[in-house]
Formats: sequence, C-alpha cells, structure tokens
Amino acid sequence: MMADIAMEGITKTFGKVVANKNIDLQVKYGEIHALLGENGAGKSTLVNVLSGIYIPDSGSVYIDGKETRLNSPRIAAEVGIGMIHQHFKLVENMNARENILLGNKKGLLLQKEKLNGEIVALSERFGLKINPDQKVYDMTVGEKQKLEIMKVLFRGANILILDEPTAVLTPQETENLFEIIQKMKDEGCAVIFITHKMNEVMMIADRITVLRKGETVKTLTKEETSPQELAELMVGHKVDLSIKRPKTEKGRVLLEVKDLQAVNEEGIKTLRGISFKLATREILGVAGLAGNGQKELCEALAGLYPITGGSIEYLGESLVGKSPREISSLGISMSFVPEDRLGMGLVAAMDMVDNFILKDYYKQKGMFVDRKQAREKARQAIKKLDISTPGINNSIRELSGGNIQKVLLARELNSNPSLLITAYPVRGLDINVSYKIYDLINEEKEKGVAILYVGEDLDVLLELCDRIMVLCHGEVMGILDADKAGKEELGLLMSGEKTDKLGD
Amino acid sequence: MTVSFLAAAVVAGTPLLFATLGEIITEKAGNLNLGVEGMMLMGAVSGFYVGVTTNQPLLALAAAFLAGAGGALIFAVLTISLRANQVVSGLALTIFGTGFSGFIGQKLIGQVVPNNLKAFFKPFPFPLLNRIPILGEVLFSQDMFVYLGYAAAIVIGVYLYKTRLGMNLRAVGENPAAADAAGINITLNKYLHVLLGGALCGLGGAYLSLVYVPAWQENVIAGRGWIAVALVIFAAWNPYKAVIGAFLFGGLDIIGFRIQGTGFPVSLYFVDMLPYLATIVILVITSMKKSRENVPPKGLGVSYFREER
Amino acid sequence: MFRLVKRSEISRKKSIVIRLLAILLAFTAAGILLLTLDLNPLEVYASMIKGAFGSAYRVREVVIKTVPLVITSLGIAIAFKMLFWNIGADGQILMGAFAASYVALNYGDLPRFLLLLLMFVAGALGGGLWALIPGFFRAQWRTNETIITLMMNYVALKWITYLQYGPWKDPQAMGFPKIPNFTANAVLPKLFGVHVGWLIMLLLIVIIHVFLNHTKKGYEIAVLGESENTALYAGMNVKNTIVSAIFLSGALCGIAGMIEASAVSNTLSVEVSGGVGYTAIITTWLGALKPLVILLVSLLFAALLQGGSFIQTAHGIPESTALLLQGMILFFVLGSEFFIRYRVILRKE
Repeated sequence: MMADIAMEGITKTFGKVVANKNIDLQVKYGEIHALLGENGAGKSTLVNVLSGIYIPDSGSVYIDGKETRLNSPRIAAEVGIGMIHQHFKLVENMNARENILLGNKKGLLLQKEKLNGEIVALSERFGLKINPDQKVYDMTVGEKQKLEIMKVLFRGANILILDEPTAVLTPQETENLFEIIQKMKDEGCAVIFITHKMNEVMMIADRITVLRKGETVKTLTKEETSPQELAELMVGHKVDLSIKRPKTEKGRVLLEVKDLQAVNEEGIKTLRGISFKLATREILGVAGLAGNGQKELCEALAGLYPITGGSIEYLGESLVGKSPREISSLGISMSFVPEDRLGMGLVAAMDMVDNFILKDYYKQKGMFVDRKQAREKARQAIKKLDISTPGINNSIRELSGGNIQKVLLARELNSNPSLLITAYPVRGLDINVSYKIYDLINEEKEKGVAILYVGEDLDVLLELCDRIMVLCHGEVMGILDADKAGKEELGLLMSGEKTDKLGD
Repeated sequence: MTVSFLAAAVVAGTPLLFATLGEIITEKAGNLNLGVEGMMLMGAVSGFYVGVTTNQPLLALAAAFLAGAGGALIFAVLTISLRANQVVSGLALTIFGTGFSGFIGQKLIGQVVPNNLKAFFKPFPFPLLNRIPILGEVLFSQDMFVYLGYAAAIVIGVYLYKTRLGMNLRAVGENPAAADAAGINITLNKYLHVLLGGALCGLGGAYLSLVYVPAWQENVIAGRGWIAVALVIFAAWNPYKAVIGAFLFGGLDIIGFRIQGTGFPVSLYFVDMLPYLATIVILVITSMKKSRENVPPKGLGVSYFREER
Repeated sequence: MFRLVKRSEISRKKSIVIRLLAILLAFTAAGILLLTLDLNPLEVYASMIKGAFGSAYRVREVVIKTVPLVITSLGIAIAFKMLFWNIGADGQILMGAFAASYVALNYGDLPRFLLLLLMFVAGALGGGLWALIPGFFRAQWRTNETIITLMMNYVALKWITYLQYGPWKDPQAMGFPKIPNFTANAVLPKLFGVHVGWLIMLLLIVIIHVFLNHTKKGYEIAVLGESENTALYAGMNVKNTIVSAIFLSGALCGIAGMIEASAVSNTLSVEVSGGVGYTAIITTWLGALKPLVILLVSLLFAALLQGGSFIQTAHGIPESTALLLQGMILFFVLGSEFFIRYRVILRKE
C-alpha cells in the first residue's frame, strides 16, 4: 500500500554537490510529518523538488498513487501542493490581497470586495488574522508568514510544506503557528514541517523522517523516539548538544553606549535610545526578531550608519564621527553575515587573498598593493580553520556557505581585535561547523576580547552568551543574565513587552 | 499660436510616447532594454521601406511593429534564455539597429513617403472630443497614430493596474521568485512583454519616418530612444504620466523652430541641445528625491534562474 | 527535455574555443543576411580581408583605426569595472578633441614638443571633466549614468557643430563650414609610417594593466564594482573613488580625441570621433575589460571597419555592413557566455 504522497529515489545535484541522494519520503493526509536534519542535509532541496521548484536528476513522485511530474510550481499547485518558503516569496510593494491572488486563474478583472470577503472567511476558519489591504512592506515577519500560509490555503492546497517556519518567530508566535498547523491537520491536510530543532519535533510531529548529508536515515513515529536519539541520527554520531561557556572573570568596561539614536533614509527611527556596557572577557548577546535594529546597531558601532543622538565610548574615547577605518584601526572588528550570506564583508568574485586585504590594504605604503603577506595569511587560515577550497586564488564564490563564513571570520580574527562584533556568524551552517565557530568565539573571549554576538537561535544565545540584550523596534527591551533567563521571557521581550531588567 | 504650438508638441511627442510605453512594459517585466534607439531605428526603416515599396499603410505599420518586436526578440533570447547582461545586450541591440537601418536605408535616402500613405496618416478631428475648447484642437485634431498612442496608454494602464494578468506581470518584475512560486510562467511573461515593448518602439520609429519627417533620412531617431528610456524614470513607470512626459519633450523638441521664427537671439544649436539637457536635469532631480512608490521594479536588470542558489 | 547545470570551472582553452565559435557563427549569420541581398558572403568577406590587409597602406590604416579604439576601450574598461555604464565615450572624445584644438588653434606657434604636451593635457582634461559631470551625479545621488552619459554625447556633438558652423569657422574656407587646420607643430609626428599614437597606445595598455591589477585605486574600483556595501564596509571613500575613476575614464577618451584631431584629421570637426565611442563599448566588453585582450579585439574590429569602408568603395555595399557585423558578433559572444557558465544536459526519459 503506497502512501498518499510518496517520493522515491530522489537525487538532485548542483554542480559537484550532491544535495539529495536517492531519498525516499512517504507522507499521509491528516498527519504532521517532520523533516529533520542539519543545515545542508538536503531538506530544503527535497521539498523544493516536491513543490516543483527544482527538477530532480532522477526519482519519482507519486500523489494519491499516481506518478506526477512536478516540472513547475504551477503543476505542483494543481495537485494540491503548497509551500511556505523559508525566505518569503512575497511581492513587497503589493498588498496582501494581491499577493494571495498572484498566479490564480479565475477572472480577468480584480474584484476587490468579493475577494476580500473570501479572504476574511478563510482566514477566520484557520485562525489567521490578515488585513487584505495591508502592504507587505508594512507587515511584521509573523504577519508575512501568515500571509504565505493564506496564499497556499486560498489555492485549496491540502499538502502543505513549511520550510523552517519557526526560525524567524518568537516562542509565542511559534505556539500560535503550531495551533494553525494543528487546525490544518484536523481539516485533513498533510503537513510537512521542516526543522532542525528537536523540541519542536517532539511537540508537534506525528512522524519524523531524518535526513543526513543528502540521504534518508530513518522514518520513525514520535512515540518510539527521543530527542537524544533524533539528534544522534541527525548528526551521525553521539553529540553533546550543549555549548561550553568558559567561566571568565569579567574585565574592565571597553565599550559604553548611551542613548543611541538613529533614523533611516525615510526618516523612520531605527535605533531608539540604546544603552549598554560591554566588558572584556564577556559575550553580550543581542536577541530580537530580524530587522529590529540589529543591523543598524552593528553598523553604527562600526561607523557605517549615521546616528542622530547618544554616545559611543570606547575606552573613554568617543567613536561618534569617526570613520570606519579609524574605528577598525582602534581594534574593533565588525562582521555581519546577511541573509544572502555575501553582500557585505566579502567580495564574492574575488579570491581569498583579495578578500583578506580588504580592510588593511590602505595601510601599505605607496600606491601599489602588495599581496605577498596576505597570501601567506590565507594559507595559514586554510590550515587553522580547515577551510576547504581548491586554492587561495579561486574566487570565494566557488566555496560552500560554511567555508565562505570561515573566510570572513578568519580575516576578522587576523586583525587581532579587542572588540569583536559578529552578527549571525553561523547562519546556514551545519552543527559541526557551528560548534567550531562557537569554540573560536569562546577562545577569543578567554583571550580577553569583548564580544557582541547577534544571533537568532535563542538556545544558542542562552548557552553561549553571558548576558543577552533584547531589541524590539530599535529599542532595548531588557538586558538579562543568560544564567537566569528563559526562552519564554526572551520571547515576550522580543515581541515588545518591556522589562525593567537592565542587568549589568 | 500657442494652440498650434501645443498641437505640434503632441505630434513631436508621439514617437516618444510609443517608445516610452514600450519600455514601461518591458521594464515592468523586469527587463532593462537599452536597445530602444535600435528598435526604433529598425521600426523606422522597415516601416518606411515597406510603405514605399507596397504603398500599403497597414502593411507599413505591420512591418514596423514586427521589426521592433524582432529586435526585441534578439534581446529576449540573449537576456531571458541565455541570461546575458541586460545593459550590454541592450547596447548591442542599439548598435545592431543602427547598422540595420543604415544597411537597409542606404537605397532609401532622399525618398519621400507616397501620397497614398500621407493621406492615410492625415490628421482628422476626433468625433465629439474635438469640440472641447482648446483641448479639442490640441489633442483631438490629430492623425490616427496620435489617437493610437492615447489608446495604447489607456489600455496599458488598465492592463497593469486593473487586471489579473497585469498584476501577475508586476509581480514578475518585482519578485520573479515569488511569481514563480505562485505558478506564473516567468519566461512566457518576460518574452511576451519584451516583444510587445519592442513592437511599440518600432511603431514609434515608424511614426518619425512615415509621418513626422516624412522622408528617409539617416539616423532619423537622433537619440529619442534614449530620451524615452529617461522618460520611463520620469513617469515613474506609470503609462499615464508617460503621456505628459512625452508631450513635454515633444514641446522641447520643436521649440527651436518656434524660437527661430521670433528672432530671439540664440543659436539654433543651443536650442537643439534642450531635449538632451532637459533629460539630464530631470534624471538628476528624480534621483535626488527618493520615495517608496516611485521606484523601479525590484527585479529590474537581473536574470532569473529558478535553480540558482 | 533538457536541463542546465552550472559549471564550476572551465578550462581556458575551452572558453576561448566557445568564443571563437561564436564569432564564426556571427559571420555565418551575417552571411545569410548578405545572401538575401544577392551578395556572395564569401566574396564580401574575402574582399574585406583584402581591404584590411591587402597592402602596407591598408595595414597602416588598420593600425591608425586601432589606436583610438584601444585607448577609448581602456577608458571604458575602468568605468565598466566599477559597474559605471559609461556610454558617453563619444562625447568625451569630442570634448577632449575640443580642448586640444583650443590649444592648437590659439598657441600654434609654440615649440612642437611643448605644444603637443599641452594639447595632450588639455585633451585629457577635456574628456575627464566632461565625464566628471555624470560621475558626480552618480556619486552624489546615484543618478542613472547610462542615460546621462549618452545624452551628453549629443550635447557635445551640438557644441562642436556650433563651433564648426559658428565662431570657429575658417573664414578662408569660402563659406564651407570647417575649422582651420592645425599648424604643423600641432600634428603628432610619425614613427615607422604611422603617427606616434600607437606608441602612446602601447604605453597606456601597460599603465592601465598595472593600474587595474596592482594599485590601491585599481583594487578599490574592483571592490566597488562588485558591491558598494562592501566598499563602504572596508572604509573606502566611495564617492571619491567613483569620481576619480570616472575622471580617468573620460581622460583616456579625451586623449583618444586629441590624437584623432591632431594626427588624423589635423583639425576639429563633428566627425572627429567617427563613432569610435560606440564601437569601443563592444571591444571593451569583448575584451573582458582586460587591456591586452582589448588590444586583440580592437585590432579585429579596426580591420572590420577598414574592410567595411573598402567594400563600400569597391562593391558599393553599404558601409553599415560593418556595423551590422559588429552588432552580430557582440550578440553571439554575449550569447556564448551562457555556454561558458552552464552545461546543457539532455535528460533521458
């Protein structure tokens, strides 16, 4: 007896990388099926095949027992498959209604009233609150996700795929999402839920399929497994899922920020009176939903973002008005890994050597650039951080995401900073590499470096950092001791509930 | 005097209007086609050639339409299917179009449009609307090409903002990945609109050679294609505003003749610079003020490949 | 059914073969076009080759045409490397020629070396300052430089027309609208039968190669071309880099203008650029922004132009055939890049 939705022997390669290797997956209507695996295990590739985005090299998909060729998202939608992507596929300057209607076949003209009615009715049924006339660029992350779900439901999808939906949510929003998913299940939908978080799996899934390095490891039911077993299946060996936090004696205060204010190009306030202190031998974590001032804060500290008020003092010296170069030569390193992982900090088309000289080439004498030293440093970095690359003269675009991030970190650490500002350094990396990077950060801390760590994973923040500052709408909601704080508390702060805790 | 000037500005602005509208739909689909000048030249020479040899106005129009679309097809294959750089492909198209029109037009130099065609493109009062005071004379006592221009602007406006297909098109230009995920056929949408845009540019070119001049002269477009590209920015990708922009520049185009008649002491060559200078000024001013609504489609100039990661 | 796979790397040999194939295809396609006009493409091409290399004189003509093409392409390459679409080279050539002519016409009695040096500097300044205008707007407000640089070509052209028909008109030309010829001192001397522009060209190729690959400014331009955010992050002065690179880009075009006015037409006229500013866009792109490759491509294109004007006189085939061919070569090479980046795999059903 074949399952309602069956994928058999799916193989998909990108260049030399085998993302999916002979993968099988079977899902039933009325179940929540978790797809568990590390970053790079092939989860996203697999569901992209199911939703018609990627065409597999080989393998077949059966829907309701019939072999179906999913050559485009349109065909996938026609057989009832709907995917909620990790990076939302929404048109920013259209409103919710328009986004929902995109690609629908019915009618030539847009009938606003009638459609609004349908949208509201459907949203009530699933407990999704949506204003059809709201523009996407005015929505919060949570609202955007609900809109994504609405889009899929509106088309009558009964096989729903959610790709890492909780990565961008607060714990409270996550709970709300789980209620919605439960409703979908009750309505008879098949829900495929992608995650790499064990606790979420145990909370909501009926069955779990674990992927590792592009292959299926096992499918099991929730009742017969445990988080520990899942973690082992996922990583492939026994793992200790805790990050070591070396006990260090906090040193002197290195950085003191007081009442920092900033506005963006459109005149909207992005930083609203941020104040904190950061000492040597300390990691201060910054938590918050994406786009709540983290980027602006990092850039303001590095001299890249104009501030409108407040002060930044580094060893008693004001940084306000200093150029990025002056700031960096004081021993402050800032690296920000954006969502597309390149964009800032690295030049994709250049090789490791040219990327290594990016921040200090100007210190060389004369008008020429000498690359001899940088070549040597690049070779050392490859050894020290275990960077896999064809050579120091290959453009870093050819490297995998993890290796690109290692190059970035290697360059920043090369400058021997005394203040390390690092945002999302493990974005998209698998567990082994992530832990390697946590280790490097801890090593720096023990050396006496002050570290500002901006992250998204609350579990990691709680384990790695000494204190955690929560941002919402560019405002500090509270600064908590990592030892005493809990996820729920952080979540409430992230969604804008202020606390008077401003632990030093 | 003023009324006749305004009416003449509408005539001079009509080729710009066609080209601007063409580039608007091209860009709405996320394609920055800088080959407008080339496509206009291809349309101008093809329309003129067919018009002169067949003496059939409709065939001449069809030839211009197809020539513009043909130029756009080259661009489409290069940038959509083969993902070549859009800026360079557009420039190549302009160079090719210049060569093409010189090549075909060699034998046409000095020839004039046959009377039969001239009669076909003669101005006629538009029923009812021509009775509106002043506006009737300026806007509605023109030739059929001008009316076609109005119609094109309105049709494109309704299409873009009021229909489902137009909404899909905007999504393709704004965020092709989102449109693709919604099941919209990106390639088809891009091809169709690039081709249609090219066809409109071709018609704009033909207006110059068949009606405006009306004889064959080399390089008859004289930079109007580039002005049209600038007008798209000026009009903020809005077909209705394109009408205003095109007629404004039409006025600048003919102001030289008028000034000469008045004996105003300024060299003709400086007056000739006006449209180009005005384009520069307008671009600088629009770039100085930023807003959220008047921005180019976000996917403009970027090739889309579904499996890119 | 077929699908595409991104190539991770490709051997140099293979990519050259693909590009040569593309050029061959371009000639084939243009041949078909010639066939429809009842012309034998093989004869036309043979005739073009003869026109370009058939005699020592014609070879010299090819070199003379190569010089402005290479120098202008070098200028454009600097801008393109920064993703600044400078298509205003034609205007920059004209303004460079204008500034050099101003010196030549007013100080024609100066000693030869000094005069030529002054003209050279004036040419560079003329082209550079002209390019600085769009450069400034782009640096300041991110104004779209593509259209502005092009619009400025027309403004420059009208300006030269004004001079030629107005204040600078030669009173001894019996009403014919032309600017007086330069004095002998203002004309570049010859070396091996061709004006010394070719020597300047070779020098500039080396200088620009070193500039782009081994200097700080060259490095900054490359970073900026890849990502403005990264350049800011690295603490570079973005506005300063844009403005100085664009000045340099225009200055090179201006130098080409000075050479053309001095050595080729011996005066200033609206025809002094001869469309080089546009052709150079193609040669720059086909030359992959690399000075040495640009030299090779420019030689090919100069031969194409020379051959084109030969078939015009010999067979009465329109000169624009050469332009048409240029466009087609560019089309095919642009299209061929795809096959360098991707592999097409037929999918077995």
